[in-house]
Amino acid sequence: MATEIFVVAYDGHDRSVVDYAVVRAKASGAALHIVHVLQWSPYSFLTAEELDERKMRRRQELERARTTLLDPLVAEISAEGVTVDCEIRFGAPTEIILAVAEHQKAAMIFVGRTGRGPVQNKIFGSVTLGLAQVARIPTVIVP
Amino acid sequence: MPKTAALLPLAGASLLLTGPAAAQDAEPGFSIDATLSAIMEPVTTPFVSFIFAPLPGTELPWIVLWLITAAAIFTVYFGFVQFRLVGHAIQLVRGQYTSPDAAGEVTHFQALATAVSGTVGLGNIAGVAVAVSIGGPGATFWMILAGLLGMASKFTECTLGVKYREEYPDGRVSGGPMHYLRKGMAELGYAKLGRFLAVLFAIFCVFASWGGGNMFQANQAHAQLVVITGGEESFLNGRGWITGVVMAIIVFMVIVGGIKSIARVTEKLVPFMGLLYLGAALVIIGVEYDRIGWAVGQIFAGAFTGLGVAGGIVGALIQGLRRATFSNEAGIGSAAIAHAAVQTDHPVTEGFVSMLEPFIDTVVICTATALVITISGVMQQDPATGLYVWDQGLGQIATEGSLSGVELTSAAFGTAIPWFPYVLGLAVVLFAFSTMISWSYYGLKAWLFLFGDSKTSDLFFKVLFCLFVVLGASVSLGAVLDFSDASLFAMGIANIIGLYFLMPVVKREMTGYLAKLRAGKIPRYH
Repeated sequence: MATEIFVVAYDGHDRSVVDYAVVRAKASGAALHIVHVLQWSPYSFLTAEELDERKMRRRQELERARTTLLDPLVAEISAEGVTVDCEIRFGAPTEIILAVAEHQKAAMIFVGRTGRGPVQNKIFGSVTLGLAQVARIPTVIVP
Repeated sequence: MPKTAALLPLAGASLLLTGPAAAQDAEPGFSIDATLSAIMEPVTTPFVSFIFAPLPGTELPWIVLWLITAAAIFTVYFGFVQFRLVGHAIQLVRGQYTSPDAAGEVTHFQALATAVSGTVGLGNIAGVAVAVSIGGPGATFWMILAGLLGMASKFTECTLGVKYREEYPDGRVSGGPMHYLRKGMAELGYAKLGRFLAVLFAIFCVFASWGGGNMFQANQAHAQLVVITGGEESFLNGRGWITGVVMAIIVFMVIVGGIKSIARVTEKLVPFMGLLYLGAALVIIGVEYDRIGWAVGQIFAGAFTGLGVAGGIVGALIQGLRRATFSNEAGIGSAAIAHAAVQTDHPVTEGFVSMLEPFIDTVVICTATALVITISGVMQQDPATGLYVWDQGLGQIATEGSLSGVELTSAAFGTAIPWFPYVLGLAVVLFAFSTMISWSYYGLKAWLFLFGDSKTSDLFFKVLFCLFVVLGASVSLGAVLDFSDASLFAMGIANIIGLYFLMPVVKREMTGYLAKLRAGKIPRYH
C-alpha cells in the first residue's frame, strides 16, 4: 500500500498543528506535506512603486519563508524519521490548501484552530472554518 | 549632483505661474500669485505659448491636433483594435489567461487599477467642468471621441512599456517611455535620436509631475475644501497654504517617510469613491430621466453648432479634446510607467488591458460628469433663444455664483443631492492625493533617469515635490491650469515621435499574439 499523505496547513506561528501531525504520522507511517500560504489577492491595490517592486518582494517573501520557517522545520521533522516535504504558495489559503490536498491525494488535512500572527490570526481563523465546511477530505482541527 | 540638476528646479519653479496674475486665493497683503507671476512670467509665457500655439488661421492648438492625429493614426494602423479586442482585454483583466504559477506577481487587474487611479482624478471632475463651461455641452461629444481614439494610443505605448522595460537583477522592474524610446529606437538604428527623445520626455515628465500631477491637484482639492467648509465664510478661504502644508506633510510622510499604509488606504478608497461618484451621477441622471434626451440633444447640437458658446464648434472641439487628453493622458506616456510592471509573457496583452483605461476614465466617468452638469442646469441659458449666456468677465458660460472648475461640478451635484458636495469634497481630496502619489513616482523615475539613481537626488526630488504641493494650493486656478496643461502635453511630443517609429514593433507583437490566440496556443486557465 502506498504511503498515506497528511497535508499540514502551517501559517508560520501555530506549531501545535505541526507537532500533532508529526505524532500522527509517526503512529501511522504517513508522510507529511506542509503547505505555507502567503496571503495574496490578484485584485489587491498597489501603488505604482509597489508594482515595480512586486517581483523583488515576492522573491524576498519566498526566500524568507523558506529559510526562516520551512527549511528548519523540514530538517527537524526529518530528523525524527518522518518523511516530509513542503511547498510555499501565494493566494487565498483555503482554496490553496484544498487544491494541494486534492493534488496530493491526501488522506487527511491538519489545520490549526487559530493562527497567532496579527494578520494570520484574522485570516487563518476563517481558513479553519472554511476547510471544516468545504473539505472533502477528513480534516483535523488542532487546538 | 550635476549643475543642471540644480538649475532645473529653478526652471521648474519659473514655469509655475502663467496666465492672469489673479490673486483670488492669496491672503490680503501677501499675494503669492502676483509676486511669483511677476518674477516667473517671462520664462513661463514662451513655453505655454509655444505648446498651445494655434495652427495658422485657426484657434486649434497644434499640440491637441498632434495627440488626436496620433490617436487616429494608431486606430487605423492597428485596425480599430480598441473595438475589436476590448472583450479580450476584459478576459485578461479577469485573469482568465493568468497562470496559477504567477500567483504573487503583478496581475493585469492590478496594473490597470493603479494606472486608473493615477488618471482618474480631478481631470474627470474639475477638467470636465472647465470643458463644458467654456466649450458648452458639445465639448462632451469631442471628449468621448478623444477617449475612444485615445484607447489606441494607450495600447501602443503600454505594449512598448512592457516590451522594453528594464528588469534589474534584484527583481525590480522599471518601464515607460524613457526606456522604450532609448532601447526601442536603438534597436531600429536610431540610438542618438532615441536617447534625445528619452531625455526630452523625462524633462517634461518632471515638469508635469509638478504641474498636472501635483499643483493642479492641490489647487482643486483646496478649492473643494473651501466650498464644503463654508465657501467665502470658510476660514480656509484665501489661505490655500494651510491646505497645501497639510497635504504636503501627508505626501511627505508617504514618499519620503515610506509610510505605505497611508498610500494603501488611499488606493483602496479611490476605487470606492470612484464608484460612489459614478453611482451618484447615475442617480442624478436617473432622477432627471426626462431631461436625458434633451441633454444628449444639447451635446450633439453643441458639438456641431456651438449653441452660441464663444468659439462655437471649434471652442467645443478644442475644450473637449484638450480636457479629455488631460484627463486620460493617452499619448502622453505616463501610463506606460504604471502598466510596465505586469507579469506577462506577451507585452501586447497589457496593451489590450490598458485600452480600458481611457474608456473608464473618459468615456464613462467624464461623460457622467458632463451629463450631470448639463442636466442640472447650473449653466445659464437664455430662455428665449436656448443659447447659453456668456460671462465675458469669467471667460465661460455664466453660472450662478460665477462658479468654475470643481466648484461648478460640486454645485451641479448639489442641485439634486444637497449633501453630495461633502462626499465630493472627500473624493476630490482622495483623488488628488492618489494622483499626487502616482505622479510623484512618475516624476521621480524621470528625474532619476536624468540625474542618475542616487539617494541625494531621490530625496531632493521628493522634497521639491512637497514644496510644489504648497505652492499649488496657494495660487489661482488659471495660473496652475496653464502650466499643468502645457507640461503634460509637452510629454506627448517626444513620446509620440517615438511611437511613430516603434508602431511596427507593436504591430508585430499584436499579429504574433493574435495568431497564437486563434490557434489556441495561448493557454487559458479559467
